[in-house]
Amino acid sequence: MTARQETIDGNEAAARIAYKASEVIAIYPITPSSTMGEWADEWASQEKKNLWGTVPLVQEMQSEGGAAGAVHGALQTGALSTTFTASQGLLLMIPNMYKIAGELTPVVFHVAARSLAAHALSIFGDHADIMSARSTGWAMLAASGVQEAMDMALIAHSATLKSRIPFVHFFDGFRTSHEVAKIFPIDDDVIRAMLDEKLIDAHRARGLSPDHPVLRGTAQNPDAYFQAREACNPFYNACPDHVEETMAAFKALTGREYNLFDYYGAPDAERIIIMMGSGASTVAETVDTLAAQGEKVGLINVRLFRPFSASHFLKAIPASAKSLAVLDRSKEPGALGEPLYQDVLTALFESEHKSANLQKVIGGRYGLSSKEFTPAMVKAVFDELSKEKPRNHFTVGIVDDVTHSSLDWNPGFTTEPKNQVRALFYGLGADGTVSANKSSIKIIGEETDNYAQGYFVYDSKKSGAMTVSHLRFGPDPIRSSYLVQTANFVACHQWPFLEKYDMLAPMLSGGTFLLNSPYDAREVWDRLPERVQERILERKIRVFAIDAIRVAKETGMGGRINTIMQTCFFAISGVLERSEAIDLIKKSIRKAYGKKGEQIVEQNFAAVDRTLDFLFEVDVSKATLNGAKTPATVSAKAPAFVRDVIAPMLEGRGDLLPVSAFPVDGTFPTGTAKWEKRNIATEIPIWDPVSCTQCMKCVLVCPHASIRGKMVDEEALQGAPDGFRVIDAKPKEFKGKKFIIQVAPEDCTGCGICVDICPARNKSETRLRAINMQEQAPLRQQEKEYWEYFENLPILDRTTTAPTNVRTSQLYEPYFEFSGACSGCGETPYVKLASQLFGDRMVVANATGCSSIYGGNLPTTPWTQNAEGRGPAWSNSLFEDNAEFGLGMRLSIDKQTELAVEMLKRLSGQIGDELIDAIVNSEQSDEMGIAEQRIRVEVLKGKLKSIPGIDSSRLMSLADYLVKKSVWIMGGDGWAYDIGFGGLDHVLASGKNVNILVLDTEVYSNTGGQASKSTPKAAVAKFAMGGKAMGKKDLARIAMSYGNVYVAQVAMGARDEQTVKAFLEAEKHPGPSIILAYSHCIAHGIDMRSAMREHRDMVASGHWMLFRYNPALALEGANPLQLDSAKPSKPLAEFYEKQNRFKMLTKSQPEAAQRLLHEAEKESLERWKAYERLATPWSTVSEGGIS
Amino acid sequence: MSLQTNYLGMTLKNPLIASASPLTQNLDNLKAMEDNGIAAVVLPSLFEEQLTHDVYEHYHYASVGTDSFPEAQKFFPEPVEFKFGPDEYLEHIRKAKKSLQVPVIASLNGHSHGGWVSYAKLMQDAGADAIELNIYELPSNPDVSGAEVEAQYLNIVRGVKDSVKIPVSVKISPFFSSPGNMAKKLWGSGADGLVLFNRFYQPDVNLETLEVVPSVILSGPTAIRLSLLWIGLLSGRVSMSLAASSGIHSAVDVLKCTMVGADAAMLCSVLYKQGLPYIQKLIVDLNAWMEVHEYESIEQMKGSMNYRNAEHPEAFERANYVRSLRNDFFMVRPMPFG
Repeated sequence: MTARQETIDGNEAAARIAYKASEVIAIYPITPSSTMGEWADEWASQEKKNLWGTVPLVQEMQSEGGAAGAVHGALQTGALSTTFTASQGLLLMIPNMYKIAGELTPVVFHVAARSLAAHALSIFGDHADIMSARSTGWAMLAASGVQEAMDMALIAHSATLKSRIPFVHFFDGFRTSHEVAKIFPIDDDVIRAMLDEKLIDAHRARGLSPDHPVLRGTAQNPDAYFQAREACNPFYNACPDHVEETMAAFKALTGREYNLFDYYGAPDAERIIIMMGSGASTVAETVDTLAAQGEKVGLINVRLFRPFSASHFLKAIPASAKSLAVLDRSKEPGALGEPLYQDVLTALFESEHKSANLQKVIGGRYGLSSKEFTPAMVKAVFDELSKEKPRNHFTVGIVDDVTHSSLDWNPGFTTEPKNQVRALFYGLGADGTVSANKSSIKIIGEETDNYAQGYFVYDSKKSGAMTVSHLRFGPDPIRSSYLVQTANFVACHQWPFLEKYDMLAPMLSGGTFLLNSPYDAREVWDRLPERVQERILERKIRVFAIDAIRVAKETGMGGRINTIMQTCFFAISGVLERSEAIDLIKKSIRKAYGKKGEQIVEQNFAAVDRTLDFLFEVDVSKATLNGAKTPATVSAKAPAFVRDVIAPMLEGRGDLLPVSAFPVDGTFPTGTAKWEKRNIATEIPIWDPVSCTQCMKCVLVCPHASIRGKMVDEEALQGAPDGFRVIDAKPKEFKGKKFIIQVAPEDCTGCGICVDICPARNKSETRLRAINMQEQAPLRQQEKEYWEYFENLPILDRTTTAPTNVRTSQLYEPYFEFSGACSGCGETPYVKLASQLFGDRMVVANATGCSSIYGGNLPTTPWTQNAEGRGPAWSNSLFEDNAEFGLGMRLSIDKQTELAVEMLKRLSGQIGDELIDAIVNSEQSDEMGIAEQRIRVEVLKGKLKSIPGIDSSRLMSLADYLVKKSVWIMGGDGWAYDIGFGGLDHVLASGKNVNILVLDTEVYSNTGGQASKSTPKAAVAKFAMGGKAMGKKDLARIAMSYGNVYVAQVAMGARDEQTVKAFLEAEKHPGPSIILAYSHCIAHGIDMRSAMREHRDMVASGHWMLFRYNPALALEGANPLQLDSAKPSKPLAEFYEKQNRFKMLTKSQPEAAQRLLHEAEKESLERWKAYERLATPWSTVSEGGIS
Repeated sequence: MSLQTNYLGMTLKNPLIASASPLTQNLDNLKAMEDNGIAAVVLPSLFEEQLTHDVYEHYHYASVGTDSFPEAQKFFPEPVEFKFGPDEYLEHIRKAKKSLQVPVIASLNGHSHGGWVSYAKLMQDAGADAIELNIYELPSNPDVSGAEVEAQYLNIVRGVKDSVKIPVSVKISPFFSSPGNMAKKLWGSGADGLVLFNRFYQPDVNLETLEVVPSVILSGPTAIRLSLLWIGLLSGRVSMSLAASSGIHSAVDVLKCTMVGADAAMLCSVLYKQGLPYIQKLIVDLNAWMEVHEYESIEQMKGSMNYRNAEHPEAFERANYVRSLRNDFFMVRPMPFG
């Protein structure tokens, strides 16, 4: 047994074993398991060897279904294989899992267990995915923490060889997969000793080979299938014993003991909780506290869930047990109970030797989607078991005021030990808080005898996201698999958070509060909100402050205050002696940044050294309450649902919302983002009307719809607030009107992309444009007043002005605003544009990914509606099926329209032919046509009211379908090029009128930058660390090959007019249309502020072509393909130089970079030539070819 | 007839040197230059500032978004090592040395004093036959005096000379109050040669976009005049090698430079415009001219028209400027604005 300890997270713990024990690894990203695949790919790129001295082959697939298929193939030909997944990914693997189990094939899938998308998607942890796969015939082995994620991974790899039963090794998504903890890593010698070479040989020998041919995978008839299906029984019967033997062998090698069902607690326990996963650690911790108080309680931690060994289970129950509570981290609506509960009941019922004492067994649900499961909740379950008639099928951790399933718990009950330091850090994603805390955990975990644990909570926004780091340090092993409940130390790394969150609520009396403060010692106290002041005085909290931004600026650290705040933490928390801590911080800096350049190391060292000069304690001895009251989270004008349900979520109090607060079917109102005033911009754009050319490019490119323009009549401006900026309209068609550009100061993220794209300059100071960034704080109130006034100004009448160019399109109201997308996002301007052009008649099918997260993640969502209550209706089905999902919508709408027309005709006598003819033959190709049809439909509805009968009421419910509906299918390249490609191709071939918008970032953005088939050659991405070797798939040409599909490739920053034109043409095209929209992304490693403008150089370099393929032109005898960009005029290298995804390869593998660049240049030119040939005007093409 | 010349203590087969430019970045180009008769090559400048910039740039972009989102702890994989240092450049020196017979001169543009010294040493260790210091400091800060700028130049030269044994030349701009005095001071600080002059950064103004546009302009044939003037003035008055740079487009230009005292002629724009085989033509033309005019060697004509040896040395001085104005300027048709 090794004494060496390391601090790593659960994903790395499992991945290390999987990598060592495998030869072929198929990977596909899905949260929260992605990092396991990333580790495997990274280690393979670094040529790290597995146990047998060879580098495993790591292959990214197009989906989890593909990964399972590849693993199946690898196994069938004798390799040791593995994969990693979660949630929907595991569901996609199920068909292969049946095959693999049916063929008795040893393999382990490592699963970071996650919720399934049902009423909503959730990336967080529970056992819904595992439970969905439990009938596949796979063994299922659970780990309860980071150490166990490594231990059980090895036990699974060993036991699968012995038993020939494939294993799912699972641990809780996020809670274990992302928890950083101090563990004993397993040495190669131990792994070697656990993996029997003879069994590996036997597996290899069973592999398919023409040298000893067999046939596996027959089709069987009724005469054979049943018996053959039963033939595997002896293997399943033997499996539990194999696992038990394996655990014994593991104990002999490591000293760590596991059993199939581990009992923990009082030997004479009467009340026992049965469960599996990370929650068991919390139960164990609670059992210790309660047992010390004399309570007879215990825990059975289920390790091997499948095959469920009743005999082992029964043996684990103490004879003293009187009542059992089985906790499932999943929900199976309609079942008599959740799976583990049912297994326990079956085991007990079938047992001839069940304990005479045992009187009650109840089941309950807890912890869905990483819902907190605390000692207080554990105690509530034990308390329930003490009752004469305990509640069965209960829930714990929520307030169920609908079916009253929930147990009450006392939040004041805690088991957090006194000899532990617990710290909470509130930071911004961008400020490096989490990275600093990970470093602190490593320092304390690896450089001291203390145990350490870190868990990180992120909000769901991609810009201005808050992170909360929960850290624990102490002399004893840490089993608390829940968030820090009481803290000795709280740090606020961002001053604005003080107003939003009650971050001192968990602070213990006498604790330490560290503030990153822009204010000096004299001013800090007066600037604190009253709520914070109260907590400080009540609890006698010591307050320390530092202007970390200033230190960061002075030491060249930019916005990253991580090293500075980390130094402060060590300086005042007393976890380590100060000078020792500083030495260790510097050591960790060298380790982390050494290879990134000595300059970075020196810069961080300087930050450490300067920090202590700026850190000061705030004297609160004579302080009195004088701070500002905390403002309401949302306006009193907000709808009740926003005030009552959304606002508590925004305040971080969503856990307290009862079941009744929520919609029963996942249906939420649109238009909620506008009520969340995030105030995350330090600078906002301010318009200079005099310099402005009124081109509206700023409005077009704004990723958050927080800058808008209007043309209004002068009369509308009566009562305008003082200083409200307005100027005469310049465009001829708006002559006599007034023009306004206004920013929403509290919704803007401050990306500056609007300023960068502005083509106009101030005539006297050319450094100024017609829109310029200015500090937000002093302008906030004034601009807020302007914005509120602006919002109420009349909007453009869609029927009077067609959106034929950028300017007019940008006068259209956006139906997608203030999303949680990254600051400077390259996708959302396209989404917003589509919403402006077609939003009032739009239905959106959105593939899972960035766009579904910024588009549909609670608390607030950006899709919105107009004053008439019309707007996009949006839904996300899955990642893989989005095209089909959208096609289904189209078919449904078409059918209902058809039905409505049939009904109209059926009721012609009562409705009148004139109206029916007008409705049926309406021309709805423009805004006027649609508006007129809406009026007709209203007339129709009026008539229907007085027409009795079923046909009339049916037509009433269908009448709105007589107005054109625009179906949009949106998603990223991961969906369109990879996982959803089959479906997308089929939908393109359907001929149906759907509009497909591919937000092409050329990488899986949402899961952290893994390569897709859209990733260009030479780009570095996860799963393509050595630079993508293959070129990007030409999806446009595939789509064009159908001939009747409208295809456009656009890049808004390169030619915005072409983009607008393409959207209009695509929607007008009566068949399928697809727009491939280049979307810059933070995963490119670029300056997001100038990213939109860089589109021009990208197109000029030939990296991205602009074109439109409009089948309508072919009907007119013209070539449907029109190139909208010229022959590449700049070297591709010039564009690549500007993006870190390409440039970093020149710094890590210069020769490969040069070779791939050379190839990419050649291919880009060839692509251009090919398109040029395709676009040759038909008039110049003779039958023999191009003349 | 001999085209042989001595530059920085090295014997070159002719005075033609490919100056530092992107052309000399490519090994195939270097080989082609040699095959066409070039006598030495100067590799592109290693910009210390660029290396530092790369380090910060990568650090910044690779850390954006790190540990910010639940689904993505980072957006880029982490390679085992990065080659942010001058490794790539040093490797280029090694490869050039391996494949060429002619001398290989490395070019360095430092940023910190430590950078100048350490990179120069690394270049020497990589096999460079000489180093050209491309001191490309634009004194944009009006609070910095000319004396301070000069001191900085001299400090760099002394530092580099103290750390390497190979010859060191300095490529300077003409923008000194007294270029001759500066040249003398550089000589005094140990410089083995001067390259006159580098093409200084001269941004343009785009009237459509109202932006100041960085641009590099290829030299025209008249650009040679400034080099002719100063080489003529310095030749014979400082004991170090002199190379002419900017505006050398023909054999005639090479001859003019040589006659005013240049030991070598640096070629850049002409190679871009005419292609590498043009080197051959230059050599042929040199030989032809010398044959017609009965010169035996380059050494024979070198400095024959410098300030000391010219029939009318005053032609190098201000009087000449006044006369030029009188004779030429007023012959130009008056512009509309008078």
